[in-house]
Amino acid sequence: MSALYDFLAAPFADFAFMRRALVACLALSLGAGPIGVFLVLRRMSLMGDAISHAVLPGVAVGYLISGLSLWAMSIGGVAAGLIVALLAGLTSRATGLKEDASLAGFYLTSLALGVLIVSAAGSSVDLLHILFGSILAVDDQGLIFVAGVATFTMLTLAAIFRPLVLECFDPVFARAVGAGGGWVHAVFLGLVVLNLVAAFQALGTLMAVGLMMLPALAARFWSEDIAGIVAVATAFAVAASVVGLLVSFHAEIASGPAIVLTAATLYVVSILAGSRSGLLARWLRRPHYHEPQEAKR
Amino acid sequence: MTPTPAITLTDTIVAYRRLPAVHHVSGRFEAGSLTAIAGPNGAGKSTLLKAIMGLLPLSEGRIDTQGVTPRRFAYLPQVPEIDRTFPLSVLQTVLFGAWPRAGAFGAVSKVDRECALACIANVGLSGYEHAPIAALSTGQWHRVLFARLILQDARVILLDEPFAALDERTTEELMTLVHGWHKEGRSVIAVLHDIALIRKHLPVTLLIARELVAWGPTQEALSDANLERAKAMTDRWARDAGGPRQRRHDHAGHAHA
Repeated sequence: MSALYDFLAAPFADFAFMRRALVACLALSLGAGPIGVFLVLRRMSLMGDAISHAVLPGVAVGYLISGLSLWAMSIGGVAAGLIVALLAGLTSRATGLKEDASLAGFYLTSLALGVLIVSAAGSSVDLLHILFGSILAVDDQGLIFVAGVATFTMLTLAAIFRPLVLECFDPVFARAVGAGGGWVHAVFLGLVVLNLVAAFQALGTLMAVGLMMLPALAARFWSEDIAGIVAVATAFAVAASVVGLLVSFHAEIASGPAIVLTAATLYVVSILAGSRSGLLARWLRRPHYHEPQEAKR
Repeated sequence: MTPTPAITLTDTIVAYRRLPAVHHVSGRFEAGSLTAIAGPNGAGKSTLLKAIMGLLPLSEGRIDTQGVTPRRFAYLPQVPEIDRTFPLSVLQTVLFGAWPRAGAFGAVSKVDRECALACIANVGLSGYEHAPIAALSTGQWHRVLFARLILQDARVILLDEPFAALDERTTEELMTLVHGWHKEGRSVIAVLHDIALIRKHLPVTLLIARELVAWGPTQEALSDANLERAKAMTDRWARDAGGPRQRRHDHAGHAHA
């Protein structure tokens, strides 16, 4: 019993930085899990990755102006992410270029600018900090920011849930009934940017996407209902956070990759064992829907 | 219940990249009419529907819907644009038809829920309410889309190739629903490529080949002469790669391959 306690609870009971890390990761999971599900459903799985690179120059400028200040870097990151997302959206609307193509153009530009700024002004240690973050250095301000973003994300998603689902599922119908388009998409992109920036200082810009996408991808193997998928994705993100932090503590490895690799493990297990179109389920007998009598006429 | 509006086209032009897909079309869909839109591929049939729905801007001309916003119309686009692996059930999909009443934020009323179940029964899918849409066959999927149309309860219903890829039985059953809407005084406008089906079921036909060929009672509109003319106009685009930028010229003197 006490061995179990030592393994599972002691790290959080004994060390304040672990408690902070846990709370930060749980909050991130609540926001990033559902966001990831919608990115997958919109067939924009790689968009999170692009946006996470696009925030770099903003973060770097924030860092140049006021050092390792959370607020400066976050505001810079959100601004850069929104500008890139907005420019990509406007360009594709104005020219008919596919949105992923115009996004690729702008995020690559943004990334190069970011690396340029960081390398011109800072040391490589700073770049590593921005790219890989450190969950173990989250302070109270960081916690408030992450918790605030998670709260805002959940409330906003709840409010726009129906138009967002319709937009992903049947955009033509959405436009035809006037449910459409522009503002739902814009609000959703704003949430993506906000969540990635909230995650960057804890997990780093590169790892943040992992916590967003991997649980969402894994969840599709466990449910065929959108609410179910959101719930499973969030639960997986939470589980990956807790297990990843514990593994990182006991094995003395970096926390960000430990969390993302735990999520990746869940993803691989889901591909194999998922109850919905997982590989094992395909080999085993499954119940199927029977043609009801009245439908036969 | 709001009355069914007539839809009047006045010299309507819709162009993609400055190439007109619908050219100088004028006429009127009478309130409560059941009209087929026929014509060869690329004749602007789908474009015309989208223009009526306000989904495409008009280059010139006007479409008057007697003050009723096209958002109140029900529109069934050609199907491949929908993601059928999406994690929704049949009932959830059909319930989107309650959008005109529930909107983005309003509650879905109990009445709408009951109606949705009735619509599902109406299209012969009882027992499938909670099946995921990914599990449906093509025919069943079309029935789901029709159930959503019924729930929308629109006075004007626009259908774009609603029976493409459907077997005869499914087509006949869905056609029965269309006749039901017609009897209820709704306007139905359907893009169809099956001339035999049109002759059998739809009293009025608009034959288009970018320009209007004929618009009237189906037997007259789909006369051999008119069909021949539509085909001739199509052949002309095929030959002139520049398409309809060319001025109209006289066809009387020469034969077409």
